[in-house]
Amino acid sequence: MNKNYMVSLIAVIVLFLIAYVGTQLGAGVQMVFGILVPYLAVALFVAGFIRRVMGWSRSAVPFRITTTCGQQPSLPGFKQAKIDNPSTTFGVVVRMFLEIVCFRSLFRNTKMKLHGGTKMTHQLEIFLWVGALAFHYAFFTVVVRHLRFFTEPVPFFVTILEKVDSFMRIEILYDAVQAGLPGVYMSGLVLVAAAIYLFLRRVFIPQVRYISLVNDFFPLFLIIAIAISGIFMRYLTKVDIVAIKELTMGLVTFRPTIPDGVSYLFFAHMFMVSVLLAYFPFSKLMHMGGVFLSPTRNMTGNTRQVRHVNPWNHPVKVHTYEEYEDDFREKMIEVGLPVVKMPEEKA
Amino acid sequence: MADELITPDELLSKIDHRPSGAGWMDTPVDIRKGMYCYASNPKSVETLGLPNARAWNPLDEDWKLPENWQQIIHEGFKERLEKFRSFKVFMDICVRCGACADKCHFFIGTGDPKNMPVVRAELLRSVYRNDFTTAGKILGKLGGARPMSLDVLKEWWYYMFQCTECRRCSVFCPYGIDTAEITIMARELLNLLGLNIDWIATPVANCYRTGNHLGIQPHAFKDMLDFFVEDIEEVTGVLVNPAYMEKDADILFITPSGDVFADPGTYTCMGYMLLFHYLEEKYGLKVTWSTYASEGGNFGFFTSHETMKRLNSKMYAEARRLGVKWILGGECGHMWRVISQYMDTMNGPADFLEEPVNPITGTKFENAVSTKVVHITEFTADLIRHDKLELDPGRNDNQIITFHDSCNPARGMGLLDEPRYVIQNVANHYYEMPANTIREQTFCCGSGAGLNAGENMELRMAGGFPRANAVRHVHETHGVNMLACVCAIDRAALPASMEYWVPEVDVTGVTELVANALIMPGEKDRKTDLRGEPLPGMEE
Amino acid sequence: MKDKNKILAGLAIFIVVITFPFWFNLGKAAPAPELELTEKAKAAKTCVMSKEFMTAEHMQLLDVWRHNVVRGGERMFVNPDGRQFNMSLSNTCLDCHSNKEKFCDRCHDYASVRPYCWDCHIDNPKGE
Repeated sequence: MNKNYMVSLIAVIVLFLIAYVGTQLGAGVQMVFGILVPYLAVALFVAGFIRRVMGWSRSAVPFRITTTCGQQPSLPGFKQAKIDNPSTTFGVVVRMFLEIVCFRSLFRNTKMKLHGGTKMTHQLEIFLWVGALAFHYAFFTVVVRHLRFFTEPVPFFVTILEKVDSFMRIEILYDAVQAGLPGVYMSGLVLVAAAIYLFLRRVFIPQVRYISLVNDFFPLFLIIAIAISGIFMRYLTKVDIVAIKELTMGLVTFRPTIPDGVSYLFFAHMFMVSVLLAYFPFSKLMHMGGVFLSPTRNMTGNTRQVRHVNPWNHPVKVHTYEEYEDDFREKMIEVGLPVVKMPEEKA
Repeated sequence: MADELITPDELLSKIDHRPSGAGWMDTPVDIRKGMYCYASNPKSVETLGLPNARAWNPLDEDWKLPENWQQIIHEGFKERLEKFRSFKVFMDICVRCGACADKCHFFIGTGDPKNMPVVRAELLRSVYRNDFTTAGKILGKLGGARPMSLDVLKEWWYYMFQCTECRRCSVFCPYGIDTAEITIMARELLNLLGLNIDWIATPVANCYRTGNHLGIQPHAFKDMLDFFVEDIEEVTGVLVNPAYMEKDADILFITPSGDVFADPGTYTCMGYMLLFHYLEEKYGLKVTWSTYASEGGNFGFFTSHETMKRLNSKMYAEARRLGVKWILGGECGHMWRVISQYMDTMNGPADFLEEPVNPITGTKFENAVSTKVVHITEFTADLIRHDKLELDPGRNDNQIITFHDSCNPARGMGLLDEPRYVIQNVANHYYEMPANTIREQTFCCGSGAGLNAGENMELRMAGGFPRANAVRHVHETHGVNMLACVCAIDRAALPASMEYWVPEVDVTGVTELVANALIMPGEKDRKTDLRGEPLPGMEE
Repeated sequence: MKDKNKILAGLAIFIVVITFPFWFNLGKAAPAPELELTEKAKAAKTCVMSKEFMTAEHMQLLDVWRHNVVRGGERMFVNPDGRQFNMSLSNTCLDCHSNKEKFCDRCHDYASVRPYCWDCHIDNPKGE
């Protein structure tokens, strides 16, 4: 039993119960979980995010340490890798776009294998890339879809996304289990599946298990719990959507209210989202902002062509030619190496 | 050393890539013989005026640290977070996806889980969390944080000198996190406490004083080149005449001193001398050497940014003093990382030099118009493209060649096709190693970043395994017997690694191959190559 | 520093995007929709199930009705109180709730739900 994920799992269960049980205690508690906590979480998220990014921006970029992943600009006849070793801002923009939107570096991933203990191969390993891409895009879709609870009227891009996301229908109508309406959103299911995959690889791949911290399991469990509670409300326990939207609209129009009939599960769902938002700026989840600022990716590789200026280029103590000649003058003259000063002048 | 070294089979059988047992925070460091380099000689540290010079031994309990060492580390850490955005961002954004784990030659070769790039960074990150983040301060060990302690410091030292700053992990990282950057910062911090290794500290001190890592004084440097002049005459019948610190020469040539000192780099050095003689005879090009700036490499880079700058300053200073038009750089790995990504920023702008133009072909090296330093293979490739070199590639027919991309020119510059073009024009038998082991995915020789010592041979052989494994593949499938490279550390390190893993393969510099094929004006009937081995058809 | 401006611009864009719901609804009250019951519905007092059940689960109930009628040929629904209803959207539901615009649509629009009932059914079978 791994301590790191047990701690995270217990933490998420406790968080869930705090809100689920707490909101059953009365209207006052519901105000806390339905109004106070969400506002606090958003404020923490925005302020924390800004603080973190501004902190990065205050650090200098003394050198251009681009990781060049392809042929440099060179003589005519050598084809430059204009994206992987960019020398123009356009090239950098394309590189960053592919990095952020397509996870290009992760796509390169290989898996090392030792065959018979002696022969090693490095083969393409695509699952991490697929899992990561599925996870992030599903998450993004889910977030955008939720705008239907935060906008009135609901903008066109949200309705389009909803239609695309729910174009597949399933219908399960047994006495025990009934599901089928409302329409099934793929993104929610993909999100849970991808998050579970990411969790399982942290448990079953020994190297990844070794490096995984509580900080890695906690957000995964939290996201899984958020997604599953959402799926529950939509397909299984069913909730009063109109009441919920009244609550969420109250939040975004600064007329907070707790309508009747909001389910406890919803309060738990929203509390976990709030925790995620508040946790975000203090955690590795900040890779969302940091990926834009990675100096090995967001700079051109043409350092020999265009000088980069270091804002703190301190002067250093050097050993000058004159000092060098003073040290070795006689020996240099002996073997006929040119010197600037002759020894007689020295004294 | 060599007699104590375990056999390749033993080494491989020891590797287990599935870490188990206690977590890395609960596993204290075990500084093991064969895996670490000796501590820096205090005299060398003093020469540079670096802090806390003293005699100490990594195996001792007491490292004779200054009283306030924790404060020094904390403040040094803080200062570097402000000076280097790379450091700060890389401390913050790793998600520990593990994509880097099996990309590191040291993890592959040793199986030591702390050699996974992510854990190497976590060694620092754990202290960063504790000292500089709110979450780390509140959650402590649960949040992956731990306070700085003597054990942590020892762990840093041990593992930061088991990284060759090759940047292969940074190619695969979805955020471009560069472990080289982490290692560079950690080594800077360790140097604040005088905790360098001697294989770096002494070359740095030498370079500062004598102009090169090996401490060759000017007269001895000339003597060594004079030996090569004799050897060259013996092989080719041509008497070359290298120029030293000649004012108003066209080009200043700087290469790593390793090429002057040890085989097989010496043959590459002879290659340069033949090439320059050829160009002077045929086209009147004047290239000069300098004993003051007689080091292309820069072990200061493995010490601190400041030390790197101090050593690097000689290149521009000497070029300015001599009044040359531009600088030509020899075959070296980290030298080119420094030239490509640091030199102009640190010691430029080089406005006293001309934008580099090859006077023989008229080609302007557009990619070096600011730094004004051209790579020897760019230069040679240009000459070959304009048909300015008379070549007999058949003379290299005994060599079945593959090319090893050196880490730094590959991932810190992008010099990939030029050396290949040169090799394929001076030799007839060329094969590539598998795609995932070359170009930007190239594997380190295992001994870069100052780890090319004798006492850490087991580490070097383990780290050299992935490269050697790929060489063995082309050796078995294509009969490759010659591994070409453009790096002096490679030429020093790979012969040992090849002897250990693939004894049938030799190591050569690219310019050595050029010189063997180059038909010198007035040459005699050449019977052997520069190594004295018979040329094809001359075996009797 | 040029670079800092870029970061600030990026950060500003990010903040604008994530605060979208706050400024998009600025100045709008967006109260929950008021449903209008027809006289007939008011007179009936209760629906086929309790109001709370119908609010959350009506879509599921209708799905089950359709399944039972179309696949099973079964037309009678008995609620927990023992009352019987014809399982029919047009003849049972719309009999009372004949004001689709003021009953069904108000909530569906508010919650951005697009039921496909009306792909087949006409919304006013009696033509009132």
